[in-house]
Amino acid sequence: MNPPASAALAAKDFKSDYKPIWCPGCGDYSVLSSVTKALAALGLRPENVAVVSGIGCSSRIPAYTTCYGFHGVHGRSLAAATGLKVARPDLTVLVASGDGDGYSIGGNHFLHACRRNVDLTYIVMDNHVYGMTKGQASPTTEPDWDSKLSPGGSGVREFHPLVIALASGANFVARAFSGDPNGTAAILAEAVRHPGFSFVEVLSPCVTFRPDQRAWKERAHPAPVAPTDDPARAARRIMTDDGFNIGVLYKGNRKPYRGAVPATSTVAELGRRFELQGG
Amino acid sequence: MTAGQTPLHPGHGSVSVALAGSGGAGVMTAGNMLLEAAAQAGYYSLMTRTSGPQIRGGEAAAMVRVCSFPTDAQDDRFAVLAAIDWQNIGRFAAEIPLDSSSLLIGDPAQGDPPELFLKSGARYLPLPLKALAKQIEGGWPNMVALGVLAGLMRLPAQAVERAVARSMKKGREAGINAARLGMAQAAAREDFPLPPPPPKTVRWLITGNEAAGLGALRGGVRFVAAYPITPATELLEYMAPALAKLGGTLVQAEDELASINMILGASYGGAPALTATSGPGLSLMIEALGLGVTAEIPVVVVDVMRTGPSTGIATKSEQADLNIALYGLHGDAPHVVVAPNSLADCLGATEWAVHLAESLQVPAIVLSDQYFGQARAVVDVPVFQDRVVARLTAKNGAAYKRYALTESGVSPMALPGTPGLAYTADGLEHNERGIPSSQASDHLAQMDKRARKLAQLDPGENWASQEGGCDGEGDIAVLTFGSCTGPVREGIARARADGVAARLVSLRLLSPAQPERLKQALAGVKRVLVVEQNHSGQFLRYLRGEYDLPGEVASLRRPGPLPFRPDEIYRRLLELGRK
Repeated sequence: MNPPASAALAAKDFKSDYKPIWCPGCGDYSVLSSVTKALAALGLRPENVAVVSGIGCSSRIPAYTTCYGFHGVHGRSLAAATGLKVARPDLTVLVASGDGDGYSIGGNHFLHACRRNVDLTYIVMDNHVYGMTKGQASPTTEPDWDSKLSPGGSGVREFHPLVIALASGANFVARAFSGDPNGTAAILAEAVRHPGFSFVEVLSPCVTFRPDQRAWKERAHPAPVAPTDDPARAARRIMTDDGFNIGVLYKGNRKPYRGAVPATSTVAELGRRFELQGG
Repeated sequence: MTAGQTPLHPGHGSVSVALAGSGGAGVMTAGNMLLEAAAQAGYYSLMTRTSGPQIRGGEAAAMVRVCSFPTDAQDDRFAVLAAIDWQNIGRFAAEIPLDSSSLLIGDPAQGDPPELFLKSGARYLPLPLKALAKQIEGGWPNMVALGVLAGLMRLPAQAVERAVARSMKKGREAGINAARLGMAQAAAREDFPLPPPPPKTVRWLITGNEAAGLGALRGGVRFVAAYPITPATELLEYMAPALAKLGGTLVQAEDELASINMILGASYGGAPALTATSGPGLSLMIEALGLGVTAEIPVVVVDVMRTGPSTGIATKSEQADLNIALYGLHGDAPHVVVAPNSLADCLGATEWAVHLAESLQVPAIVLSDQYFGQARAVVDVPVFQDRVVARLTAKNGAAYKRYALTESGVSPMALPGTPGLAYTADGLEHNERGIPSSQASDHLAQMDKRARKLAQLDPGENWASQEGGCDGEGDIAVLTFGSCTGPVREGIARARADGVAARLVSLRLLSPAQPERLKQALAGVKRVLVVEQNHSGQFLRYLRGEYDLPGEVASLRRPGPLPFRPDEIYRRLLELGRK
């Protein structure tokens, strides 16, 4: 399980022997492959990578890698990853989430993670449905999608995560498609390399509860233009495209979150500050 | 633990005064100077504060007790209440009790004192504070009032002047002159002279929140996530620059859900981590604390308790989060709950909580409160450890089992970056390797393991402060925790002086419970008085649930924000003693 330190690692060295619980045909299998390919391409070692997640189908991904994993509570993966990365800037930290975990219960953390711009790579596997709880509308579900919990559709408009990310200050914004594992791996590698908070929305079909999403492979296509560093331009493109432009859409230049500085004092010295002088 | 000096009999060891006024009157500034002056003169001293609901500019009162012995309890009555003005000050009447020997000082230009104070029988001494201040260029009424209060206590002028000079960057000369003028007003009076100061020792001037923050740093905390909430904010604000000086970091979180998850992430990475909050924030953190229990990630949460439920009275104290701290987590979730039992012990208890969390790989909750957190006191140098307890980490080895079923229940934790030991920390129940498991046998084995860690904890003397009863003296015991301990200690000392002996047991380790230790501590006891500051008797119910209490059990409790006063304890003990 532990390859020798000198050897160059292949994607398979990042894949654990633990069998995923996902349904056959789930897009997340391909995302797992893309993650492992990207990590191999980046020349990283599994012990120096942490994969942090919340709750949901996509959030099961950490244990399927040979990296250090953190499978926390629902919606809080970005918070846990922020603490980890600030405390351990030497690690490469990937955060895995889904549209329910990341945009609904974890929506507030999404905004603030973008603002804070900690050097994280946030991978959201978006299938427009709560899969683990067997088919409820998520923040990216179309308003007329019928389900047991929202018969006839929720009637509520979808959330636009890429625009929200831009507006909130994410430093790297991309859209990927699980049906193209190599393309997704390349985008993920670029996201990891880019400093600051990188957001990669991966369209990852749920063939069980959204069989209609099998059609995504016909709809996905490469973005027609190169990424911009102008958030307004990127936002206009994203808001007017067909939702299936695949590629890096925005690369910003914001400085990442500043971390610790070297110690200049000791606890004993801090205590002496309270000692009474004179008298 | 406190240094444990026995307090003196009432009326012989201390003088309590209060200074009140509207926002901008500078009563807190003057109160802090009085505290500093008392310290300069060699006294112990305590300043508590109260304020109206306004964010800024509301009425406030600084309550200062100057003592010849260390205490963080307020006395029964205030000798003096001085007010810069009387606007809305009447609402503090219950918090500033007076009697016929008290003195009310007010500026006649501001009208008469409120009836609520006059009906105590206190004498009224009109003093034109504003007009007096005007005699000095750049003089302020609060500085005159400071001088009056210091003068009535016969604090040495030099100590007052030094305190003013230390605190004031601008207008120092005017401040000193105004204080001198105030002292001159008091010169002809012999009202409330202090006893001689105690022998000189090294002392600290610190708030409970600062003490808890420093305790955390001493314990090894190097990552803090912070979401502001009254009355815990000052703890976090103290830690922000202090952590930076130690090479640590503080992240301001978007909410308490983020705070708790950030510290879990940081601690998973190996950094001892803490957050501080109050009741509403603790409620939000509870789910993730369960993750800390299951994934065995050490974290410390300091709950500076305030009056609840819901928003309650955000600026005032209560001991009503005991239930949520002990029992709030879903599932069976063994964790540590520690309560400091003096202002200075906010340091030692928080430091210990970090040690317990790290050594047992569990979440630890520290139950401080607003009374400790926002009070500032002259204290003996707090007791602390001279070492940091490092967590048990895994360095290498084949077929690593993160959650190996060890005898102690504690299993070596691999930190990210360690080759060959990668595992996934998970809120899902898991087997020894950390692989999710829904097997009954794995659930039972891991539950046993997590329970074993706490069951095998040997807290030594740290579990409680025990005072009295060493030579079998007295068959009465008072059981309490947290900020009730100070007034209980004084009440016991007064009762003893009047022939009723009682022992004090103030619990510091609330979870895991220590029934055997308490049984020993209560050997020979026939009557137990349980003292706590909440409405429903949470501590009493906890004691009844976890311990065997001997004999007759009485409860003395009330909700916040009014603190217990030594006299209440004393009277209750005399009643019990007569039985």
